[in-house]
Amino acid sequence: MMDKKVRKTAAILGIIAFLFFSFAFTMVPLYNTFCRTTGYNGKVDLKAAKHTNATIPINRKITMQFVTMNNNDLPWDFYAKASYMEISPEQNYKMIFSVKNRTEKTMTVQAIPSVTPWQAAKHLHKIQCFCFSKQSLQSGEAKDMPLIFWIDKDLPKDIKTITLAYTLFDVG
Amino acid sequence: MNHAAHLPHHRKTFIGWISRWLFTTNHKDIGTLYLFFSLFMFFFGGIFAMLIRAKLFVPGTTFMQPNSYNEIVTLHGLVMIFGAIMPAFVGLANWMIPLMIGAPDMALPRMNNWSFWILPFAFSILLGTLLMSGPAPNFGWTMYAPLSTHFGPPSTDFLIVAIHLLGFSSVMGAINIIATIINLRAPGMTWMKMPIFAWSWFITAFLLIAAMPILAGTVTMMLFDRHFGTSFFSAAGGGDPLLYQHAFWSFGHPEVYIMILPGFGIISEVIPTFSRKRLFGYNFMVYALAAIAILSFLVWGHHMFTTGIALTAQLFFMYLTILIAVPTGIKVFNWVATMFKGSLTFETPMLFALAFIFLFTIGGFSGLMLAIVPADIQYHASYFVVAHFHYVLVAGALFSIMAGVYYWLPKWTGYFYNEMLGKLHFWISFLSINLTFFPMHFLGLAGMPRRIADYALQFTPLNFTCSLGAFVFGAIQFLFVYNIIYSILGMGRKASDHVWEGTHGLEWTLTSPPPYHSFTTPPKIN
Repeated sequence: MMDKKVRKTAAILGIIAFLFFSFAFTMVPLYNTFCRTTGYNGKVDLKAAKHTNATIPINRKITMQFVTMNNNDLPWDFYAKASYMEISPEQNYKMIFSVKNRTEKTMTVQAIPSVTPWQAAKHLHKIQCFCFSKQSLQSGEAKDMPLIFWIDKDLPKDIKTITLAYTLFDVG
Repeated sequence: MNHAAHLPHHRKTFIGWISRWLFTTNHKDIGTLYLFFSLFMFFFGGIFAMLIRAKLFVPGTTFMQPNSYNEIVTLHGLVMIFGAIMPAFVGLANWMIPLMIGAPDMALPRMNNWSFWILPFAFSILLGTLLMSGPAPNFGWTMYAPLSTHFGPPSTDFLIVAIHLLGFSSVMGAINIIATIINLRAPGMTWMKMPIFAWSWFITAFLLIAAMPILAGTVTMMLFDRHFGTSFFSAAGGGDPLLYQHAFWSFGHPEVYIMILPGFGIISEVIPTFSRKRLFGYNFMVYALAAIAILSFLVWGHHMFTTGIALTAQLFFMYLTILIAVPTGIKVFNWVATMFKGSLTFETPMLFALAFIFLFTIGGFSGLMLAIVPADIQYHASYFVVAHFHYVLVAGALFSIMAGVYYWLPKWTGYFYNEMLGKLHFWISFLSINLTFFPMHFLGLAGMPRRIADYALQFTPLNFTCSLGAFVFGAIQFLFVYNIIYSILGMGRKASDHVWEGTHGLEWTLTSPPPYHSFTTPPKIN
């Protein structure tokens, strides 16, 4: 009688423990969804956005800065053609990023974007970006990669400068 | 243990002795095993602590390579948390909870045996990394990715397996304690009549069941990242190293309460006994325990203020962290109110309990300072943090364990320890612990970073002081061991059934030492 009750308690508690074990894994999609929807951490959607459909230009100047970094001293050249550009909301802009594989072998890399301040992340829309996919270059090969983007008009008024940082990772 | 009548039947040979301890399902035997194991690991982790302080005795990279220093810091943390503090509390729970609630044994005695015997294996695996070629885990006990994934030495995999085993052990231990308390309370022992130590463990066990599996899941993801091509914590593959910190601290913060709530329970038993009064505000003590436990799951972000989490998140975590001061304050207030107008005497357990209240409060206040975002940005990863968590874990958790051991030792063995040596142990521990950790506050505020094997020259005098205090503290613990042996061998005064003058509760109605099988018929509670 008592034994049955004990076994029942133990089984319930065992299930709770297992659920918390699974919870550790569900944190991954939860965290990603949370970050992508709110833009916390400066995470941006890695899917192509639509063109802006605004027709009347908005008179507001924003400085868009481009920062490039190589993770772990990756031996590639990686830079934006200009370090910044003056832009207005609701208009498409294009920036070219150059890469060159300085190694002796073919390598595959992935650029990971991050937006500062993070409040700007969900107002940045990328129509085309090299960061959407992995890039493979042979030894010594160079390439110009375009980024086409626009900023929407709901960008908080106090944001006058946005920094878009790309870090290049070796993904084997 | 010289009462043959209390011992189980076993062959009086070496094999008989081994199999008695190896296969025992008796809660007192397993409690004893846990306590001896934790004492052993306390000295093991203590050797690491002495090596750390020897390294930092003078500046410069003498005595030890920086990488060895990193390994020792990592293992010191892991051994002290999972090997010394937690098993000690589980040991006390095994010994005392069945006696306190009038149960014949733990609810799941075989699982109890298993959850203890996992521990020596887990720690053999963990400490075996020191003997392997290549470095032992050297990234701190927090195991941050990518230090533990991309840059972790091969021995990290052994660490992961050891953590899995420790998780199994803790969760089984916790299930056992909850099942015992829910099902085996003596008739008439209602929830709000239950001794406060049993309450504190009941709540801690739920924290264990929730927190340890999260750690197990997190290190599993770490293992996948290391070997199976996933990128949970690697930005290159679309993961996020910050996710590791979120996952780790959603285990890590409840974990620090796992290491202190049973201590609160012990102190709430010791203070009333030596004040000869009932615990002031029993109900509020129980509610405060529960409140602290719930809040502990909502404050993990305060370990991550400098990682660039959003301002709203920083504020959320800051306010909730500061809110924990309210239930904790209730507890401190009630302990002091219990002593108010009591007939106080100052035996060794009481001295440790008083030092606990005093020093834990200092640790709590430095915790409040760290909870304030703008201040934390300054204090983060400095020796101020080291001072804070050693005040709550050494002067807090460890002192509460020592208070508990001195308090219950005469009950377990039937003989008192040497009171004079116990007091000597207390006073030297009390002075040396402050000598060790108090200067660390100043070192941190002056900008000395933690986790680094060397320091700037201006920090030399204070580090010298810290090391001196640490050596004294380490050495004096042999007196603790001597006193335990003194009591076990029956060299001291014989203890009566109620042991101390002001004791209340079922455990004091039994003989000292209690019979091997206690409460085979449930006692009556009035």
